[in-house]
Amino acid sequence: MNKVFSVRLWSRWCALLCCLAVLPGAALAQLKIDITSGVTDPVPIAIVPFASTGGADNGVDVAAIIQGDLEGSGRFRAMQRSAMTSTPSRAQDVQIAAWKSAGNDYVVVGRVSALGGGQIAVDFELLNALTGQQLANPRFVGSSAALRDAAHRCSDVIYEKILGVRGAFATRIAYVSVDGQPPAQRYQLIVADADGAGPRVILESHQPVMSPAWSPDGQWLAYVSFENKRSAIWVQQVTTGERRQVSARAGINGAPAWSPDARKLLLTLGGSGGNPNLYILDLGSQQLTRLTDGPSIDTEGAWAADGQSVYFTSDRSGGPQIYRQGIEPGARPRRVTFSGSYNARPRLSPDGTQMAIVTQDGSNYRIAVQDLASGTVRVLSHGRLDASPSFAPNGAMLIFSGIEGGHSILQRVSVDGLTSQRLRAESADVREPVWAPFTRPQG
Amino acid sequence: MRKILSLLLVVTVVALGACAHKPPKDTGQTAGSQVPAGALANGAGANGATGGAGAGTGEDVAGPQEGILAQRIIYFAFDSSDISGDGMALVTAHAHYLVSHPMMHVRLEGNTDERGSREYNIGLGERRAQAVRRAMLLQGVAETQLSTVSYGAERPQVDGHDDAAWAKNRRVVLNYVQ
Repeated sequence: MNKVFSVRLWSRWCALLCCLAVLPGAALAQLKIDITSGVTDPVPIAIVPFASTGGADNGVDVAAIIQGDLEGSGRFRAMQRSAMTSTPSRAQDVQIAAWKSAGNDYVVVGRVSALGGGQIAVDFELLNALTGQQLANPRFVGSSAALRDAAHRCSDVIYEKILGVRGAFATRIAYVSVDGQPPAQRYQLIVADADGAGPRVILESHQPVMSPAWSPDGQWLAYVSFENKRSAIWVQQVTTGERRQVSARAGINGAPAWSPDARKLLLTLGGSGGNPNLYILDLGSQQLTRLTDGPSIDTEGAWAADGQSVYFTSDRSGGPQIYRQGIEPGARPRRVTFSGSYNARPRLSPDGTQMAIVTQDGSNYRIAVQDLASGTVRVLSHGRLDASPSFAPNGAMLIFSGIEGGHSILQRVSVDGLTSQRLRAESADVREPVWAPFTRPQG
Repeated sequence: MRKILSLLLVVTVVALGACAHKPPKDTGQTAGSQVPAGALANGAGANGATGGAGAGTGEDVAGPQEGILAQRIIYFAFDSSDISGDGMALVTAHAHYLVSHPMMHVRLEGNTDERGSREYNIGLGERRAQAVRRAMLLQGVAETQLSTVSYGAERPQVDGHDDAAWAKNRRVVLNYVQ
């Protein structure tokens, strides 16, 4: 399956895998992607198999990974390899007219070469098949173990050059996987590449694990774990597994969200009286500041991009609706959702202009996006029990969970509603996906 | 066969016991470079795997077993934390028992069905647990005998995505703890 592991990561994770191996049925929920809808006129592109000098690619098919990314987006149609009559790996060897007459608008050729010291370089050229113009020729250098990451970065460049939007293929997701029947369920918190490859269990428990949230630098996850028979909020470094409990106060400890400067966590505390309210926890000083008050359920806080206000779910008007409130003392909440009787779990787009929510649509729960300037709401999903939307770091897609065939699966939909994909695990329910922010190249 | 089974059980219990110290303590210590094992060895899951009851599953065998007191689950209508007539009879029976057994302690575990958003459901589950708590306090149960936890939609009693499953999952479980 997945032959590529960063060597350093591998050594770090080796002990863990051994540890996991003794756990009964400790199988990873590897996700499989299906395209459920794409644009009617996908961009035709030929991604020629990359050349590899001296086995530099270690058997990793870089062109296949790029093809999987681009086709998986629903916006590209890749030429079949069997139809290719030549396999050039450099721009100067491409007979561009032949690729054009085969129906392609673009051609990608490239190669992987060893630089010594375990380093490799991936070079490629993106060519306009009509004009022969070279649109990009980047080089990615890194450890041979990070070749899969380099391939996703190639996809990011191609996507951006052709569609004008930064790609989000070289990113990761976290999600919760649940298997077993009640009351013997097993909960796993998993981190994987955005295409579902390379899943790694970062927490496993027989008590619920929920509400994962990425730190702004993509190095940490905050989450809620019931491992001590009550809710507590933890923060955990993803690569090392190092973790720390940051809130185990009386009653509910829930819904952590990192501030844009990563210094604070917005969270929900219930207290012994059981009224969930929003608080800000300063991770350095441990100082706790209360934001909301009263008998309503106030939860699911999300930071505005500037870190000066927060959006949250509250049932102060009867049913759940979204409110916005400044974080300064004495600030009052202002309601921001008005259509429908159930609007919950706000998540802001990276540019702060749009808000994804769970909305009740008849008897169905669906994912909608509200334009914050105009207030216009568009329902983007079609399921019965869709939940937990999370924006891709490029703002172009959402990932969320839904029920299909009796199982919880992950789904992605583009914010324009034109493309969607399904990510299924074979033997587990997967839910609460959260898309990580952009990070620097691996290796 | 029975001997083998009990031997297996002993081995399992010993193995689980050996793991029981694993979850990091509340001291802010780090767990080092390990996959934290969470509460793998604790309670429900370990026992539940054999179909038995376990702490926190809502089927705990601790506490009174006579008559109505053997029932531990109060069900709720959709989007409601109002205790029904049948539910109140059960709450009252347990309240009377707790008043006459002041050393007993009950964990009230609030749960919802899976619909809607997860953290909001944690709030709804807590509201149900608090409704039962208030009803018990009004009948003379001491505050120290009661605690609440909300699992929201995270610990369904029944796996399923229809009205029948949802009705079973909207509940407060009375869990007697020693």
